[in-house]
Amino acid sequence: MKLNSFFATTAISLLLALAGPVRGQLQIEIVDGVEGALPVAVVPFAFGNAEFAPETPMHEVIAADLQRSGLFETLPVADMIDRPSRPPEVQFGTWRLLKVDYVVMGRWIPAGDGINGEIEYHLVAVATGRTLFSRAIAAGPGVFRLRAHQIADAVYEELTGIPGAFATRIAYVKVSDAGTPEEMFELIVADADGHNPQTIVRHSQPILSPAWAPDARRLAYVSFATGRSNVVIQDIFTGQRDIISDERGINGAPAFSPDGRYLAMSLSRGGSPDLWLRDLQTGRMEQLTRHHSINTEPAFARDGRHIYFTSDRAGQPQIYRIRRDGSDLQRVTTEGRYNSRASIDPSNGLLAMVHGERARFRIGVLDPDSGRLRVLSNGPMDESPSFAPNGQMLLYATREAEQGVLAAVSVDGRFRQRLVLAQGDVREPAWSPRMQQ
Amino acid sequence: MKSVFRLTAALTLLALLAACGSQPTREVPSEPDPGTGLPDRPSQPIETDRIDPANFADSRNLENPDSVLSQREIYFEFDRSDVRAEYLPILRAHAAYLRANSSARMLLEGHADERGSREYNLGLGERRGNAVLELMLADGAAERQIEVVSYGEERPVCRQTSEACWERNRRVEIVYTAR
Repeated sequence: MKLNSFFATTAISLLLALAGPVRGQLQIEIVDGVEGALPVAVVPFAFGNAEFAPETPMHEVIAADLQRSGLFETLPVADMIDRPSRPPEVQFGTWRLLKVDYVVMGRWIPAGDGINGEIEYHLVAVATGRTLFSRAIAAGPGVFRLRAHQIADAVYEELTGIPGAFATRIAYVKVSDAGTPEEMFELIVADADGHNPQTIVRHSQPILSPAWAPDARRLAYVSFATGRSNVVIQDIFTGQRDIISDERGINGAPAFSPDGRYLAMSLSRGGSPDLWLRDLQTGRMEQLTRHHSINTEPAFARDGRHIYFTSDRAGQPQIYRIRRDGSDLQRVTTEGRYNSRASIDPSNGLLAMVHGERARFRIGVLDPDSGRLRVLSNGPMDESPSFAPNGQMLLYATREAEQGVLAAVSVDGRFRQRLVLAQGDVREPAWSPRMQQ
Repeated sequence: MKSVFRLTAALTLLALLAACGSQPTREVPSEPDPGTGLPDRPSQPIETDRIDPANFADSRNLENPDSVLSQREIYFEFDRSDVRAEYLPILRAHAAYLRANSSARMLLEGHADERGSREYNLGLGERRGNAVLELMLADGAAERQIEVVSYGEERPVCRQTSEACWERNRRVEIVYTAR
C-alpha cells in the first residue's frame, strides 16, 4: 500500500513536469516575524554512503517551512555542534546550551535496489529528553521535497496541535508584458513554498478565478480564450480540459462544493449575473438566485449546505448567504460600504473577504458566530483572499509600485510574508486542499 | 476626376474591411490616444472635407475626428453603470449608424477599474455594457446588431494607482466587428 502510493506520487510528479516549467519562481520574504517563536533545530538528514543525494537537502526544506509558519525559529546548521540522526545519539546538554527546545533529525534507509528506500525521522524534546515521535516514510528520487514538506507537517502538528499545510500547492495567475501586444496570462501551480512552478494553461486572453476541487488535482477557472468568458475544469496532471459553461454573457466565479460533486458559478444568461449550480455527475443545472443585481463569487460553507456570495441588491456589494437550494437568504456583512469575494476557512469556518472603506480595499476576516470583523491587510488594492487548508495563514493579492504581488498573513495578523516574482504580475492566489496521499 | 474619387473611396473601404477582419483575436492599443480615444486609424488619410460629419449613416465618419461617430468610449463613475448625459449624443450617433447600416455589427466591451474584486467587476463591466445597449436599442438599433462582452478589470488602458487612471478604465468601448 505504502509502495503503491509512492509510485502514484512519482507518476504524478512526472506528469506535472510535462506541463512545462516556468521561468522564475515566487520568492518568499518574511515581512513581520513573531516574538516568542519556538526554537527548533533541524539537523541535516544522514544519507551515509547512499548512491545519490536528494535533489534538495531535506533539512533545508523542513527548516524553511517551519520558519515560514512564523511559529518557529530554526537554528542555523553552522551553529550545530553535533549531528544526530537518531534519538540515542542526541546530547541533550549541548542542545540546551544552544537554547533549542526541539530537535528534528532523520536518516535514509536504502531498500535492496539502492534507489528507493525509506526516510526515518524523529522529533525529540530537549527539556524532557523525550522522543515525541519516530516514523518512517517511503522515499526515492523525485519525492524528497514532498517528503520533507510532509515531515514539516508532522512536526508542526505535534508541536502546535494543528495539522500542517506545507505539503500543499498554490495556484495563481501570472501576467507578463501587461498592456503590450505580447501580454500573456498564465495559470500556474507551484508548491506552497513557491518551488516547482508549472504552467497549467497560457493564453493572450484573460484567465481568472482559479478554484481547487477538493481532490487537489482539478482546477476550475475562467478563460477568455474564445474572446468571451467560459468556465473550464482542468486536471492539472493529465491536462484534460472540460468546458463546463459557455453560455451567452458572463460565465464566471466557479466554486466546488466540499464533496466535489457540484460546481457553483455566476452566469448572466438570464440578463444579469445569478448563481447557478451544476451537478458535475448528471450535468443538471439549477438556478439559485433570481435578482436584477449582480450575484457572484459563490463560496460553499464547510457543511456544503450553505453558499456565501456577493450581491449588490442593497445598492453596494455585500456578502449574503443562502441555502444550497436557493432558500433562506440572509445578509452576512453589515460593516463597511463594500464587502465581496468571500473565502471560507476550511478548518474553522471564518470568512475572509475584500473589505472596502473610503477607497481602500483590504482583506477582512469575519467570525460568523460573533459577527466580529478584523482587517488583516493594509491595502489599498488588496483582493482574492484564500485560506491555507489548516486555517492558519491567508494568501491574498496586493499591489506594490504597480506590480501585482502576493502576500500571506497569519490569521491572527501577527506574521506577514510577501511572495514576489522577479518579472511579471502575480494575482489571484488559490491555496490547494491537502493532497490525497 | 469623379471615378478617381470613387476608386479612392473603394480602396478606403477595402482598408477598413481589412482592419475589421483583424478584429476577432482583439488587440488592445498599447498607448491609446487620450485626445480622441480612437482605437484604429487607417493608414491612408481620409478626405474628410468631402464628408458631412453629421451624416451618421456614412461609415467614413467612423474615422472622421470631426464626427461624433469617431468617439467610441463611454466613461463611468466608480461602481456605477448609469450613462452620463454628456455621452448621449455619441450613443445616438452610433444607434443612427446601426439603423442606417443593417449589416453593421458592434461589440460593447464593458470594463471596470482595478479596485474591488474581479468577478464583481466582471458583473459591473457587463452592467455598463448593458446600460449602453439599452440606450442604443431605445434609439432604434436592432438587438441582433449588438453584443455585450465584459472584461471586468482584466483589460485596463491605464495601470497607475490613481483616480485619474481609474476613471479611464471604467469604460465601455464600442468596437465595430462589421461596418
